[in-house]
Amino acid sequence: MSVELVAYVAFFLTMALTYAVMCLGLNVQWGQTGLFNVGVAGFVAIGAYVSALLTTPDAPDRFGGFGLPILVGWLGAALATGLASFLVGWLTIRLRADYLAIATFGVAVTVQLVALNLQSVTGGPFGIGFIPRPFANLAGDPLAFSLLNLGVLIVVVVLLYLALEHLLRSPWGRVLRAIREDETAALALGKNATRFRLQAFAIGGAIMGLAGATQAHFVGFIAPDNYVPLLTFQVWAMLIVGGSGNNRGAILGAVLVWGIWAASAGAIASLFPPDQQARAAALRIVLIGVGLCAILLLRPRGILGEERVVSRHLARLKPSHRVASRPTPPDS
Amino acid sequence: MNPQLIMDGLIAGAMIGLGAIGITLTYSILRFANFAHGEMISWGAYLALAASSLFGTLSGALLKPIGPFSFGWSLPLAVLVAVALTAGLALLVDTLLFGLLRKHRSAIIIMVMASFGASLALRSLLEFIFTSKPVYFSKALQIALPLGGGLRATPDQMLALAIAALLVIAVHILLTRTAIGRSMRAVSENQQLAGVAGIDVRKVIRTVWVLGAGLACIAGVMAGLLVQIRPYMGFDLLLPLFAAAILGGIGSVPGAMLAGLIVGLAEALGVQLIGAEWRAAVAFIILVFVLLLRPQGLFGRAE
Repeated sequence: MSVELVAYVAFFLTMALTYAVMCLGLNVQWGQTGLFNVGVAGFVAIGAYVSALLTTPDAPDRFGGFGLPILVGWLGAALATGLASFLVGWLTIRLRADYLAIATFGVAVTVQLVALNLQSVTGGPFGIGFIPRPFANLAGDPLAFSLLNLGVLIVVVVLLYLALEHLLRSPWGRVLRAIREDETAALALGKNATRFRLQAFAIGGAIMGLAGATQAHFVGFIAPDNYVPLLTFQVWAMLIVGGSGNNRGAILGAVLVWGIWAASAGAIASLFPPDQQARAAALRIVLIGVGLCAILLLRPRGILGEERVVSRHLARLKPSHRVASRPTPPDS
Repeated sequence: MNPQLIMDGLIAGAMIGLGAIGITLTYSILRFANFAHGEMISWGAYLALAASSLFGTLSGALLKPIGPFSFGWSLPLAVLVAVALTAGLALLVDTLLFGLLRKHRSAIIIMVMASFGASLALRSLLEFIFTSKPVYFSKALQIALPLGGGLRATPDQMLALAIAALLVIAVHILLTRTAIGRSMRAVSENQQLAGVAGIDVRKVIRTVWVLGAGLACIAGVMAGLLVQIRPYMGFDLLLPLFAAAILGGIGSVPGAMLAGLIVGLAEALGVQLIGAEWRAAVAFIILVFVLLLRPQGLFGRAE
């Protein structure tokens, strides 16, 4: 295999894994808790901009550029986005279920607007450049550079995956599931549903912010155009295809859908004349929109689907008990 | 402060109000937030444009402006066609998507997500067919007439306001004084009980789609006539529509219209005070305050 091909595959996988992190965040909110976030792009953008502001060198024409280490930027991104999610959740989670959807949609619109218009902080439509990239001193050697960056993303995804799997199986994760399946029963057991939902929403948001930061540092440049509603939609498609409620499904869906997306971009570039490419790109979004609706109708569990039983206590019971205590499928 | 902002706000508010009536009806009767409703506005405008130019090519006389207005008889005729087609589109989406999801007894939030997917598909389809270049019903410039008190409005704008007022009164009478209106309110109270009482729930659902899509189409034509037609015009209105529907109180038609006017006026005021580029944030701020202070809205009931 040629060096270029390896470098390209590494680049592709690194990008896909940044989406996998977003998917893992969305899985905490939707897959495990049933909270519908229509503003994924907005939360990812908050993370990307916060980390960019913290780590870029001092810029004379805008606020900030604090030149802090990349890790500080990532942590700041997760904290800031978690806080923003907490506020949005605090405002809406106690109300009707789809008020959260409407409010998160509003967050995405507003974040986009702030990124575009608050030029003195966000750089306006031109965005922020010169975001430090991990292992930038190796940029002369594309192979080592891309492989090391891929390594960083793999470490991030694996650590997140292990932590989230642990959470999923912990008492906390099982309460979330109980609330999603039967809120009245969970309330009767003395679980404060609103508080658990709020915690899950904030944790999911923090992970999305981290995803935005890792992506920003991998690409090295951010602009408001990166955070349009299409991004929200892609992340949703990834999670639904992979199987919501399943962390491995979230990662698989991200790599798969990003692969289809990248391949279809290549196909359009080679099949359509240059003046028709904008149109063909619109058609590509139509097809993916129809695809998402079709999956919701035909196979709402996605490829991997959710594990029905996560408690190790239930596994110890006799098989006859286990059948009786199996929760109903969430997607019926 | 420029008094003209009141006129700008009222006109934008009338369009938001007409769209919000559809949102509030689907929300109270089908019980989900329909993110695809904005696309009915865009599709309505494009369908009217296509029908209008078709009528124009059939007979040039239809293009001659009527009295003081900027458009000829081709447009009112096209609006009738477009309302029917937009309603047909809404029914088609319901048959292919929401109806099937209802049959599967899907959770509300799955319906919301499906509407999100449908919105993206419908919008991109418009972009595919008509490209993203803005288009207009008429290139004719209109002179704004003074109305007294420093207010000015073009004949088109005054017509739009009058039509919006008539439509709201008509919908309100339909809901409160007719048999189908009573059925709709019964289904919104309790769908199972209404079905048991012999109300044809499917007919009510069809009526909701036809009514919502028809009003959205007219709002789209107004927006196209007074501003411009773009594939994103409906999507950009979505946040103001939701803000108005929630501010008015879910299920209340007069509430949706009044709240639409409030959102429109607040946007016009925001444009004057902080600048046009922040217009879209005004609806979000209103939404946050409503959710904080009065989540049931002006005319809604607390749950």
